[in-house]
Amino acid sequence: MALNIAVCVKRVPAPGAKINVTADEQSVDAAHLGFTTSPHEECAVEAAVQLTEEHGGEVTVLTLGPGEAEEQLRYAASVGAHHFTLIPTDGTAWDPQRTAAALTQAITNSEAAGSPFDLVLFGNESADSGGFQVGVRVAHALGRPMVNGIKGIDVADNGFTARREIDAGFEVYEVPSPAVLGVKEGINLPRYPTMKGRLASKKAVVDTAEIDAAAGGQGKVRLHRPAEQASTTEVLGDSVEAVGAVVDILEELGVLS
Amino acid sequence: MTLLAVLDHDRGKLAEASLETLTSARALAAQMGTDLHAVLLGADAEALAGQAEAGGAAVVHVAQHEVLVDYGPEAWGAAVAELAGSVGALAVTATGTDRGNEVLAQVAARMDLPFVANCTEINTGANDGGAWSLTRTQWGGSLLEDATLDAPVKIVSYGHHAIEAAPADEPGAGEVRTFTPALDGSLARTVVTDRVVLSQGVTLATAPVVVSGGRGVGSEEGFAILDELAAELGGVVGCSRAVTNNGWRPHKDQVGQTGTRIAPEIYIATGISGAIQHWVGAMASKKILAINTDPEANMVSKADYAVIGDLHEIVPAITEEIRRRRG
Ligand SMILES: Cc1cc2nc3c(=O)[nH]c(=O)nc-3n(C[C@H](O)[C@H](O)[C@H](O)COP(=O)(O)OP(=O)(O)OC[C@H]3O[C@@H](n4cnc5c(N)ncnc54)[C@H](O)[C@@H]3O)c2cc1C
Repeated sequence: MALNIAVCVKRVPAPGAKINVTADEQSVDAAHLGFTTSPHEECAVEAAVQLTEEHGGEVTVLTLGPGEAEEQLRYAASVGAHHFTLIPTDGTAWDPQRTAAALTQAITNSEAAGSPFDLVLFGNESADSGGFQVGVRVAHALGRPMVNGIKGIDVADNGFTARREIDAGFEVYEVPSPAVLGVKEGINLPRYPTMKGRLASKKAVVDTAEIDAAAGGQGKVRLHRPAEQASTTEVLGDSVEAVGAVVDILEELGVLS
Repeated sequence: MTLLAVLDHDRGKLAEASLETLTSARALAAQMGTDLHAVLLGADAEALAGQAEAGGAAVVHVAQHEVLVDYGPEAWGAAVAELAGSVGALAVTATGTDRGNEVLAQVAARMDLPFVANCTEINTGANDGGAWSLTRTQWGGSLLEDATLDAPVKIVSYGHHAIEAAPADEPGAGEVRTFTPALDGSLARTVVTDRVVLSQGVTLATAPVVVSGGRGVGSEEGFAILDELAAELGGVVGCSRAVTNNGWRPHKDQVGQTGTRIAPEIYIATGISGAIQHWVGAMASKKILAINTDPEANMVSKADYAVIGDLHEIVPAITEEIRRRRG
């Protein structure tokens, strides 16, 4: 059975040692930052590509974000996805209800124009705003089963077997198709683009779906950094001579016994 | 007029996070000037009503239905949404674990209301049905967002470990009310069907010592010296995302925002620059020792102790010195 899979991904900045906030306190200052696909979703794309490599079928990647998010769609093309839809925003962050409503509409439109998705994948939560709900809302609107936090997906008789990590192992879910799953980093190791993939990404056609939705009830006031604990670092040395001092500390902390 | 707190359990054993839920919910109910009701789902949860009562619940609702044999996000969400309506809840809360956030998202989707995840502070204002002001985490805790929540029923989770669980000054009335939600049998589709238990040694999350390596380790084989030091200290090996991305270590060893949050007595971070997404997973460590060639590395400036040097020399020398002292 060939699989038709959709993956919803988010473009996020990739801060280094610190996250800086813009002067208006409305967003992360990304002036000197690169952007990436939110890590859980990068793994969701890889999971979708692996499933279609094994069972046949195609992967559609959707993103809601600024025009620049086309970069993340092209990256998905370079690692094996087939179809791409950008739902453009004005660059401001949309609240979870608004985002979910627009994505639901985009998925519904895409299914009406093509064929229904057997599986829609999300990341467990977006790396930046971390709302933990867009996939759940979309699944509910579509009337489909949804389990979040998934670290393993296999095709089963009438749907999918999904595994979710818990303290002492895994919980197993048997969800019928069509299904929605939220994926966590660690489900796989995403591949790097090949030369052929890079060429495919240049040629990939990105559809634009102008969709808006009503704002929800969560409003952002401002972003700020948590108070940092003042810290002073005791430098124990700059050579193997320092190991005596290191082991003294381990002894003091009682971790040598 | 109630605040409804959703408690989590694994086949009749209360989740550790639910003690946090009761603690934060008591404070929230007091701020709202309402009663605290708790909800437990599934037949085997009924025995936990006493713990909810001890935690301050005036009423403990126990949902019983043939679909609720085990955890299922849709069934739990539907049952809680129904109860929120029938008791006229002004707010619904839980702790922002995987399950807590998932269930509240299901509740919110079903009630078509907003849901604010991972709050650190909530100000309910005038309690006249108007908007709440709250602070929540973004970037796994590296950034805070002040937000407003405007909804007839407020659905909020507190971040896991955002507050410390504390016993109630006095128990609640603890009146137990069992109810049978009108669940569609089809919601069994997302109920846990099986569990796979993996062997449990010391895990990254609970280890007293974590010896971690980053890109500076240079290769999969390079981790042998970290394995040795960790074994000598009865600890485990961790790593950065640069390492998992290179396939040098499995993702279960990754410390950070999209990996594991650790809280050891000492975290030994070698060849790790200390990017914010790594730091947020390591910052609960009691002490941090950074070993890095770069004295300016963020990990070095945030650590309690540092050795500036090549980890390939320093790490084996530490192991050797421990062995020497042990004789
Ligand atoms: C949304 C998002 C989520 C993320 N989640 C995580 C996460 O969960 N965990 C995580 O770790 N990262 C995460 N990252 C990645 C993070 O931003 C960094 O890229 C990553 O942590 C860097 O790993 P590193 O410190 O090993 O490598 P680098 O930043 O390359 O640092 C290597 C360090 O090793 C030192 N070094 C080199 N050679 C030696 C030597 N011989 N001896 C001693 N020191 C040496 C260098 O001075 C340097 O400080 C995330 C990123 C994003 C965008």
